[in-house]
Amino acid sequence: MINKLVFENLKHRPIRTLLSIFAISIQVTMVLTLVGLSKGMLNDQTRRARGVGADILIRPPGGAIISSGGQMLAKIIPAIIDRQPHVKVASGTLLYGTDLFNYVTGIDLATFDQLNGGFRFVRGGPFQHPDDVMVDQLYASQHKLRVGDTANIMNHAWRVSGIYEPGMLARVVVPLATLQDLTGNTGKVSTVYVKVDDPSQTEAVIAELTKQLTAYKVYSMEDYTSLFSPANVPMLPQFIGVVIGLGVLVGFLVVFLSMYTAVLERTREIGVLKALGASPGYILNILLRETTLLAIGGSVLGIALAYVTRFAIARLVPGSLIQDIVYVWWPIAAGLAIVGALLGAVYPGLKAARQDAIEALAYE
Amino acid sequence: MSDEPIISIRGLRKIYHVGEVDVPALRGVDLDVQRGEFVSIVGPSGSGKSTLFYIVGGLTPPTAGSIRIAGQDLAGMTDAERTELRKTSLGFVFQKYNLLPTLTARDNIEIARHIAHKNGKPDPAFEDVLKLLGLSGRLNHRPNALSGGEQQRVAIARAIVNQPAIVLADEPTGNLDTENSNTVLGLLRDLNERTGQTILMITHNPEAAAYGHRLVRMRDGRIE
Repeated sequence: MINKLVFENLKHRPIRTLLSIFAISIQVTMVLTLVGLSKGMLNDQTRRARGVGADILIRPPGGAIISSGGQMLAKIIPAIIDRQPHVKVASGTLLYGTDLFNYVTGIDLATFDQLNGGFRFVRGGPFQHPDDVMVDQLYASQHKLRVGDTANIMNHAWRVSGIYEPGMLARVVVPLATLQDLTGNTGKVSTVYVKVDDPSQTEAVIAELTKQLTAYKVYSMEDYTSLFSPANVPMLPQFIGVVIGLGVLVGFLVVFLSMYTAVLERTREIGVLKALGASPGYILNILLRETTLLAIGGSVLGIALAYVTRFAIARLVPGSLIQDIVYVWWPIAAGLAIVGALLGAVYPGLKAARQDAIEALAYE
Repeated sequence: MSDEPIISIRGLRKIYHVGEVDVPALRGVDLDVQRGEFVSIVGPSGSGKSTLFYIVGGLTPPTAGSIRIAGQDLAGMTDAERTELRKTSLGFVFQKYNLLPTLTARDNIEIARHIAHKNGKPDPAFEDVLKLLGLSGRLNHRPNALSGGEQQRVAIARAIVNQPAIVLADEPTGNLDTENSNTVLGLLRDLNERTGQTILMITHNPEAAAYGHRLVRMRDGRIE
């Protein structure tokens, strides 16, 4: 019976109900989209790192595990790395962030191609000139680039020499020397990829390199890609925390206002229920059930909207952002929505439960 | 036990505090109502009859005096105990019907049973009462699809569905035309005769008051 009353109450004010559900859904979508983006972009980075085909990766001293920060001298490649037994090839790359989500990567094509046989081109081919750029299909589609077009990246005009299948290191690749000069990093690289001639020797090579390059970080590709999690991205967990906090606040405020209005509007009905012998707990129960239903509705809509944001991102900025659907966060986002909403319903609910029956019955 | 009045009021006083001013609404009321009696309380506005209705209904405590309902002392009850009393022993009929607008007539009656934790099928005798009230064909309609007379009949059904010892009616015909008023008052009297429920009815209208067994007049917070 109480469920019927709750359901009929929600049906009685369809616009308010739908608006509340929609507002709660924004909170859920916000959380799911952010988590989906973190996961999607990290997964994409993992795929692209693995696509390089290297067995070992060396990063400069200092800086975060996943970032472009820190440069090291390219000269350690011939001086130390190339001299190691079982090292088939070592290739240095320079990563330069053009904005929050996009990087340009400088590579030495001659050594890089030896890591896994080179890029698989869809159209065009490798660099011919120092000012050539190669982009992957997603970047080309987002920026509407074709082979031979001029792309303005880092205030520099580049000629598109080739478009390759995604999944290889980076979306935008330029000759290493050009990028080093453009960014004032002559002779420096930010990552060195190493391929060994016998995979069973990887650990031995890592041990030797670690001994010689004491300040550097030497990882097997397996270990390195396992570090691609939101917890290892600087400030990302905090950012997700802030968004979750905002989400809960939005849910709280929306439900607070919605339920407060509902309680005012139903003052007389609450008085009637009290006259019939309904306890404060009974009345609070009605409002909390209504709130829970709104939050569940908002969660379902929010999950559906996360698919919409994924579709929109994939259509509009496929080269910059990738959003995964992270199922494990569905109950978490829904739980947060329910908690925020229930918190918002507490004051209006207590106000209703404590309502003086005579005043409520006299309410016009 | 059976000779004890179902409502016994002695020296009942109620003072409302409005800002810094004390407004006496009841100034010492004594009243006994016997089980099965239909009592009409009449009086002008401000005479204290609504306050008496609210106190007897357990909706507000008295300031002083004693009031016993079905052997229970109301004056010393907590809010929770008065809520329990309303649930088990009292039924209300209001001037403005006060049906829940989102529920059908049937559900408006059902919710009173639900609040009283009576979740099975209603007493078969109640079906006869519904027929008597002329509601059988209107139970699936919401209040906004019912006439005033029909809404008040639903309110009466809701008030008696849990077979309370006392039905309290506050101007039950105040919003009805003469024909519907006569129907509602006739129904209250019929129910009183059929089921022996005690009815305490507040009214302005002398014709309505005449339906009761006994008339009690109030003025200035006292019974005349």
